[in-house]
Amino acid sequence: MTPRKVYLDNSATTQVDKKVLEAMLPYFSEEYGNPNSLHAWGRDARKCVDKARTQVAGLIGAEPKDIIFTGGGSEADNLAIKGTAWALKDKGRHIITSSIEHHALLDTVRWLGKNGYEYTILPVDKTGMVDPKELEAAIRPDTILASVMFANNEIGTIEPVAELGEVCRRHGVLFHTDGVQAAGHVKIDLKDLPIDMMTMAAHKMYGPKGVGALYVRKGIKLIPVIHGGGQEFGLRSGTENTPGLAGFGMAAELAANRLANGEIDNEIRLRDKLIDGLMERIPEVILTGHRTKRLPYHASICVKYVEGEGMLLLLDAAGIGVSSGSACTSGSLEPSYVLLSLGLDHSTAHGSVRITLSKDTNDEDIDYVLEKFPPIVEKLRSMSPFYKNN
Amino acid sequence: MYSDKVVDYFMNPRNAGKLDDANAIGEVGNPKCGDVMKIYLKINDQEIIEDIKFETFGCAAAIATSSMITEMVKGKPIAEALKINNKDVAEALGGLPPAKLHCSLLAQEGIEAAVADYFKRKTGKHPEGFKANTTCTACGGSCGEGAGQGHEEEEEIFVSEDHRAAE
Ligand SMILES: Cc1ncc(COP(=O)(O)O)c(C=O)c1O
Ligand code: FES
Repeated sequence: MTPRKVYLDNSATTQVDKKVLEAMLPYFSEEYGNPNSLHAWGRDARKCVDKARTQVAGLIGAEPKDIIFTGGGSEADNLAIKGTAWALKDKGRHIITSSIEHHALLDTVRWLGKNGYEYTILPVDKTGMVDPKELEAAIRPDTILASVMFANNEIGTIEPVAELGEVCRRHGVLFHTDGVQAAGHVKIDLKDLPIDMMTMAAHKMYGPKGVGALYVRKGIKLIPVIHGGGQEFGLRSGTENTPGLAGFGMAAELAANRLANGEIDNEIRLRDKLIDGLMERIPEVILTGHRTKRLPYHASICVKYVEGEGMLLLLDAAGIGVSSGSACTSGSLEPSYVLLSLGLDHSTAHGSVRITLSKDTNDEDIDYVLEKFPPIVEKLRSMSPFYKNN
Repeated sequence: MYSDKVVDYFMNPRNAGKLDDANAIGEVGNPKCGDVMKIYLKINDQEIIEDIKFETFGCAAAIATSSMITEMVKGKPIAEALKINNKDVAEALGGLPPAKLHCSLLAQEGIEAAVADYFKRKTGKHPEGFKANTTCTACGGSCGEGAGQGHEEEEEIFVSEDHRAAE
């Protein structure tokens, strides 16, 4: 019998869906035209790009022309932040964001901070939630943009983006949200949400890597990060990645179907089975992030008295793929800033494990983790100088 | 990223646990940095390390280096045990990734701290030439706790496997 393999690191990336792969394949070699060419080859490729734009827009209740395709989530974050900063530099130079954003956001904002802009980083509460009142208090006359993620990648917390966006709207501040982890997994209808810009990445919803999009509400002017041939409405030059976009489009369409037919509810059930099961079986474990306002596929915990890398490697040896925000897995000696933002002490944060499910995860997979994980913790705790029972 | 030897010593640690009849204990590291190592020694009248155990909170490399150093010093006179440095431990493990070299330093310091404790118990005062028991220099002071002066391993290390990117 081959040993069981259970990939539970879907926040890092997901497996490309077979249907997505099928949608992509023709555009590598058969339909190889450049979408910007006027001939038949070009027109076929253009159709592919247009279709993808409609599919991605459909997932989030947007208009196709509001979708700017990019080379991934990081690039879309950069376009939103730098693009707004440059476009509005005469209006103001203050940007607000939160302490738990992805590096693509935080490092971009900090870089602007060294180049003539100012920023405020909002704290989060112990569940990782940003308080709309704190956002309101941070807004200044020269604030041009606020960016708070839709859902966090390390702790799964879903932010109150409707309230945060409302605050921005009242004060005439643009609101961007990094929706990389949420899009395709949480129902999002931008017709009803005060969100001006939203980042997405195909590879977190069973699409290909290196393909993403920025939703930009009609009427918002950005300065491009990549200049050139003027593709993507002048906001992102470069010949379109037709196979990638065909895949992103299909991934978005499939995700919309899953959200409509309730498949996500089963993911939530499995997530809760995993969280409750781990808390029952392993003493002194804490859940990180919000218990209910969290991504349907996301479980994240800190196991006291042990360090994350050891758990990760022993789980890997048992055929289970997870991740950790401990210092030892990052090579930096500092545990994840997201976990520290929650107010966790360093040694607790070092024991972090993130387990993120996929649409294909089933009960047997969860049972397998619940069987393998507790003895691994016990083994590591038996050699920990902090564990009192030793 | 880890050698087979490191994986073996991590998966099947030698000499892990407490030593009830230890007559010297060294503890180094800082939970803030994510590495704490506790070394238990039983030293006999000929000053030979008769038995040794470790308890380690830390990554796989920290556990593997603790495990390896306990094997290397067991049965040796303390003077000889003190000559084993972090490079010897890393070498015995078939090498360590650059970002994990500090873990082997912790192992060396763990032995030093335990031997210092042995002399302290014997003479009533901290022996000269030994660092105080809980000084951790592993992070080169980057944790902001002020330790880490005067260490060799201080060059900037480039790590291509930056796992922070997998978010
Ligand atoms: C919240 C968040 N934002 C941005 C990114 C970056 O996306 P990409 O890797 O597609 O550039 C990621 C994941 O890597 C993420 O989780
Ligand atoms: S405490 Fe570890 S070196 Fe600073």
